[in-house]
Amino acid sequence: MSAVSLTQRKRSSGGNALRRIESRQALGFISPALAGLALFTVFPVALSIAMSFYDWPAYGDREFIGLSNYVNLFTNNPDFIPALRNTAVFTLLYVPLNLVVSLSLALLLGPRIRGRSAFRVLFFIPVVTPIVANVLVWKMLLQPRGLLNGVSTSVLGIQLPNFLAEPGWAMIMVVVMSVWAGMGYNMLIFSAALEQLPESVLEAARVDGAHGARMLFRIVLPLISPAIFFATVMTMITAMQVFAQPQLLTGGGPGNSTMPLVMFIYNEAFTFQRMGVAAAAAWILFAAIITLTAFQFRAQKRWVHYEH
Amino acid sequence: MSTKSLEASAPGVKHAAPDRTAGAAPSERPGARGVIAHIVVILAACVFVTPLVWAFFSALKPNHEIFSIPPTLIASEVRWHNFLDVFHYGPFLTYIRNSFLIAIAGTALVLFVSATAGYAFGRLRWRGRDLVFVLFLGTLMVPQEVLVVPMYQLMQWLGWVNTPQSLVLPFAFTAFGTFLMRQFFRGIPYELEEAARVDGAGPIRTFVTIVLPLSKSALAVLTVFTFISFWNSYLWPLIVVTDYESLGTLPIGLATFAGQFGTRWDLQMAATVISMIPTTLIVIALQKHLVKGIATAGLGGR
Repeated sequence: MSAVSLTQRKRSSGGNALRRIESRQALGFISPALAGLALFTVFPVALSIAMSFYDWPAYGDREFIGLSNYVNLFTNNPDFIPALRNTAVFTLLYVPLNLVVSLSLALLLGPRIRGRSAFRVLFFIPVVTPIVANVLVWKMLLQPRGLLNGVSTSVLGIQLPNFLAEPGWAMIMVVVMSVWAGMGYNMLIFSAALEQLPESVLEAARVDGAHGARMLFRIVLPLISPAIFFATVMTMITAMQVFAQPQLLTGGGPGNSTMPLVMFIYNEAFTFQRMGVAAAAAWILFAAIITLTAFQFRAQKRWVHYEH
Repeated sequence: MSTKSLEASAPGVKHAAPDRTAGAAPSERPGARGVIAHIVVILAACVFVTPLVWAFFSALKPNHEIFSIPPTLIASEVRWHNFLDVFHYGPFLTYIRNSFLIAIAGTALVLFVSATAGYAFGRLRWRGRDLVFVLFLGTLMVPQEVLVVPMYQLMQWLGWVNTPQSLVLPFAFTAFGTFLMRQFFRGIPYELEEAARVDGAGPIRTFVTIVLPLSKSALAVLTVFTFISFWNSYLWPLIVVTDYESLGTLPIGLATFAGQFGTRWDLQMAATVISMIPTTLIVIALQKHLVKGIATAGLGGR
């Protein structure tokens, strides 16, 4: 406090008083957000760190066990490594597929398409409908007697596999369903980026004889690379947090072949009541997200162009 | 996060010109390539929309014809009353009401908290402002999954498990809204505020009479995103609600519907279609705002 008054004595006392009033008012404006953030973010984060070092049942006595939760996850938990693997597989399949489909659609829905804003809205609708609703629709389509197999058997005479009951197919369908539901978001980001392209640069490229694929890979994609980078990072983060789609579509099955990390965390905490184990697993997930995001930011210098 | 694009997101967000010929040059022969492009788009849209169309027509079928082979779009009869029967099966009306009330309360709270904090960060000068703001942004890095386990413990300590406030409060203080509002407020010219200040208006009055009215579009974007994210929320309600009959929300209702009435696909589809209506209407009505919001904020209702 004394240091504050010393530095402020240099200024005119009028400004000084005003500043102090402004600071006090700022405190008033900021206090709801600060209070909420302290109670519902900062405190839970601290609590979560503590929980991960305890044997912490939902009810009953807690016991400090150091790093045992973390060690046990990797050494004697039959579901954790598969859950890690499933999250990795889902992310590796979902992110590229989502980006390719959304970017292709954004490029396709260029100025020459009539009614393109209507198409954009259509592709965006599943992004905002409850994910539970989207999953139920797909669950019906993928039943052995559902639309896909129904059309295939009656029109082509080919019996398709039972998608949700075979480990390989189940994961593929979780990915396909998720891309269908989620790609409209990136499509809008890319569309917005494409519409802001500097006309002069495109014109110059055209004069120099660039068109078709060359125009796309040498001019257009580098110009929207910041948007592609942003979409890649965000899509990767959401992919690693996948939960509702496998939980509702396959229940994590068959076996544990589609159970991702977040579902593992959910089961540990709220089915088996092992809150400490769940907290530790959540921190491992967070570490993975942070590591991959940092890696993306390191790598962006190679391919993202921020200068227009 | 590219702050660059965000810095440009002041009130004067560039409206994408409705029909600029960017991207590819319109071909010399406006016929061939244009036609092909249209065909590809229409095909993609057809494939894409099939699940939604099929869901709607399935909701109109008698239950035993849902999985008929060969599949037919229109069954032996069209049962519009499936949409009414849903409400007799389980407390579906309660789910809808709960979802609406929670989404409205949550959105109101988020708007209030984000606008006030955004104003403090974006328009007022105070010691430590930038440091506190960085802390705020830092909390955006923490995923919900890390928070739900300790959050449930906190709810137990507060005695809030299975209460309405547990569905509204915990995730209403995310820094995202604050960040969005701050970016917007910073773009408002100071002269507008100075004049009012000289006339003796305090920050609260300038905030309410000058800054907020100028920020309608940003507030609209935040309203839509927040409402949708509360409406669709699944993981947290699944954890904190124990009594589905009275406190269940629509996504929870749909999920348990599938468990309870696993054999009644006709009603499941009717319920699913009903749950899609509000958000779809919002998107269609506010498409321009949404596109702008996503282009500027780069974050949506999740």
